[in-house]
Amino acid sequence: MTAAAALSVEKLCLEFRTRSGIVRALDNVSFSVGKGETLALVGESGSGKSVTAYAVMGILDPAGRVSGGRAMLGGLDLLSASQRELAKVRGRKMAMIFQNPRTALNPIRQVGRQIADVLIRHGDVTRKGAPAAAVEMLRAVGITDPVRRAKTYRFEMSGGMCQRVMIAIALAAKPSLLIADEPTTGLDVTTQAVIMGLISDLAQKLGMATIFITHDLALAGQRAARIVVMHAGHVVETAPTRELFANPRHPYTAELIAATPDSATSLDALASIPGSLPDLRRADLPPCRYSERCPRKVDRCAQPLPAGAPDAVHTIACWNPVPERGMAAPKINAA
Amino acid sequence: MTTLLDIADVSKLFPAAGGPGTWARIKRRFVGGPTNLPRVHAVDDVSFIIGKGETVGLVGESGCGKSTLVRALTRLIDVSDGTIKLGDRELARKTSRVFARDRDRARIQMVFQDAGESVNPRFTAFHAIADPLRRLRKLRGNALQERVATVARQCGLPVELLSRFPHQLSGGQRARVGIARAIAVEPELLVLDEPTAALDVSVQVVILQLLQRLKREFGMSYLFVSHDLSVVRLLCDRVLVMYLGKIVESGPAAEVFAHPLHPYTQALVAAVPRLHDDSGERLRLTGEPMSPIDPNPQVCRFYGRCPRGMDACTTAMPALQQFGERQVACHFAEEFLPRP
Repeated sequence: MTAAAALSVEKLCLEFRTRSGIVRALDNVSFSVGKGETLALVGESGSGKSVTAYAVMGILDPAGRVSGGRAMLGGLDLLSASQRELAKVRGRKMAMIFQNPRTALNPIRQVGRQIADVLIRHGDVTRKGAPAAAVEMLRAVGITDPVRRAKTYRFEMSGGMCQRVMIAIALAAKPSLLIADEPTTGLDVTTQAVIMGLISDLAQKLGMATIFITHDLALAGQRAARIVVMHAGHVVETAPTRELFANPRHPYTAELIAATPDSATSLDALASIPGSLPDLRRADLPPCRYSERCPRKVDRCAQPLPAGAPDAVHTIACWNPVPERGMAAPKINAA
Repeated sequence: MTTLLDIADVSKLFPAAGGPGTWARIKRRFVGGPTNLPRVHAVDDVSFIIGKGETVGLVGESGCGKSTLVRALTRLIDVSDGTIKLGDRELARKTSRVFARDRDRARIQMVFQDAGESVNPRFTAFHAIADPLRRLRKLRGNALQERVATVARQCGLPVELLSRFPHQLSGGQRARVGIARAIAVEPELLVLDEPTAALDVSVQVVILQLLQRLKREFGMSYLFVSHDLSVVRLLCDRVLVMYLGKIVESGPAAEVFAHPLHPYTQALVAAVPRLHDDSGERLRLTGEPMSPIDPNPQVCRFYGRCPRGMDACTTAMPALQQFGERQVACHFAEEFLPRP
């Protein structure tokens, strides 16, 4: 998989300097997306999903500092690239869809023009031909009456339509990597199904790698081929979707699945996850950041986490993983 | 089951933006003239009943009028038409301003969406919970202190946290403050507007379990507004599905989700992502919802997005038909009925 990876993030470490100390937001985060593959980053709020995406895109808050690791896109290390190099890559080779489409769009610029801007900058479109090309993009994302819609502003459109415009902007230059950060939070389930379907259709058509960030495990399971589960800045488990649901090995993943309504028939059968995220400013942060909430904690948890083989299909950052269920799973390289 | 809240033919219309300007409207008010101004039909002719101790779910997409309906029946806004009966008392005719000081104000309480936003940021948790007790129960001093501590304990909020401000509390704790202040005055009907929408799954479960426990302990009725169907399924006995101001389907929650009869409910149920589900193709709705500004009363509101969409749908608005315990507003509902 590493050979054909569109993006591979290796041992990414990230800190935020704050008034009350250094927050170690990401620690040794590694994952890769193959060409044309859809990968989901799943975790609760504060697990470091969005910050990972920002680091890759080079749009971190000035207080954030990458303290180690690489993120390879093609032959370029995005983490050490200059702003000028990044500007060439962003939009053209990788693009991002942001969480809230209404705030991400420019409120005082017609949406058609916003798409045209991207096309002029990154696509091979002349200034003259851009408006027509923008209308075509709107048509491609399924907006009815695109000629009229191109002349509207964001406040005139519903949330679902704004998100379609965001997708059109992100895909205008046909990037090879798309990062979608909670693209359907705040949208209705019916709209969510439509938007997610649109993203996967277009990704398939363009052969694009997609990183899909979400807190909704069920939605991730429906759309992604592989899932990366994050907790407090660590990747705790990476596995193909079916494998992960059938056979969650990290205790946190197992609890997350047990807490998601749907697998249980009654409310009493749903399990909550006790405790909360550890304070990432602490100097004595344990090697496993889940260990203080973990029901399967053993003495060995005080040692540095096991390093999974980089090409393993199913990696688990745990010394005492949940025993396998049912039939034999692919070989596991951790612990 | 005895009826607690009986809502009949409730409508709420708002003047639409984009109609005649403000001056024209004011002039018309004084001079008189045609009154057929464009209006948004936020809630259109809605009737339902909530029994004592029952949990009713209200689902529908944003803009369908859920919030307007809820605000109307909690008497935060006035209705354009219809009756709202709480027990034997008719509330719709009292204006919301008068009702704010009514003796029955305490009987309907509301838990708002995101307690981080809906609780006054300059009130500590104690003051947030004490405020309704001061106003509606006229509690003061020691009695107030005791009552707040009791309610906080019932909601699983440690008493040490009562002196904190909302921004010093976690999402789950804030949700508990929101619930505590609503149940402090011992309401009979608690209206919950997406109480867990801002929470992570791990915390969501705890809050839902708390709500269920409180309901059992105090015998309250819940109206649970949400667009998360998997949550509604867990908590609710009965469910109402709303689309563009109208109730299109209602019935026992388990049945409605297992065999949805209205095409909109079918799309809604199909759109919910499930953990153990590999069926790739699913029903996708096309198009945008119809405009709620003076919709044609003869056309089904779902027409245009509906996968069926026959001619009959454009000539007569389907009325709610009764099928056993269930009600559906669709001309073709019978076709979807499970065969006996």
